Amino acid sequence: MCHQSVGLIAREVEAAGIPTLCMTSALDITQAVNPPRAVFLNYPLGHQTGKPDDRENQRAIVGDALRAFETINKPGTIVELPYVWDANDRGWEETDYTPGFMPARPKKAEADRAEQERRRRYTTANPE
Amino acid sequence: MPVAYIPRTRELYSAHEPYRWAVNGEPPPWAPLKKPLAECKVALMSSGGVLYRDQPRFHREDASYRLIPKNARRDELSVWHFGYPTKDAEKDPNCVFPLERLREFEAERRGGDLCDPTFTFMGGIYSARKVREELAPKIVTELRSRNVEAFYLVPA
Repeated sequence: MCHQSVGLIAREVEAAGIPTLCMTSALDITQAVNPPRAVFLNYPLGHQTGKPDDRENQRAIVGDALRAFETINKPGTIVELPYVWDANDRGWEETDYTPGFMPARPKKAEADRAEQERRRRYTTANPE
Repeated sequence: MPVAYIPRTRELYSAHEPYRWAVNGEPPPWAPLKKPLAECKVALMSSGGVLYRDQPRFHREDASYRLIPKNARRDELSVWHFGYPTKDAEKDPNCVFPLERLREFEAERRGGDLCDPTFTFMGGIYSARKVREELAPKIVTELRSRNVEAFYLVPA
């Protein structure tokens, strides 16, 4: 759904005269929504600009993506990046976005408490 | 092989009516880059549900957005999203919100001037109409008022 939302916004912003570029890891959704420029990275959802705490990996991905701003000259082009999540294990491709891939959601009371706690941390313990 | 997410969504939500994805057959709008990217003012937007300090979290079908100062530190950011496992993004928001990388590229003069603030929202919005008609026009206004010349969007 994120991919659809981002593609829809990109189209509106581009129509207003501002060039856009979308990352994507969901090729079929992006092909359907058809944004002006996109860069496809075959990584699991939640890692569209790279692996956690892997600066070089993120730099390579974001750097390549930004270059596509200048190289794409046909509306609707999707450039594919060569990076592989794990060369020895493609298991994530079988399980991503299938039943059970999301961690169990906390109960509402628990979630509300966590939210209050998060906000309190910044408003009282660490004033600007 | 790219994962086919449209069929997977149908299976994951098989108890519901199949979702009608936005399909735009006609060519997308086009605004050419007017100069090299390194000379452009670039804005970042992530749909990964990133929050700054005590900003309120998102909720379902929430078409609001948050402004994140471009100099935000990692320990000032948190993540709320129901549609993807947020564990890695909570550890390192750059997985879906590459703020630190864009600051580096700006300093190295290869990524353009990064617009302050950057933008985030929670992209799991089922209503395409809501995204197009409520959220997108506000973002257009934000970008125009700051003379943004290139817009980089990252889903999650």
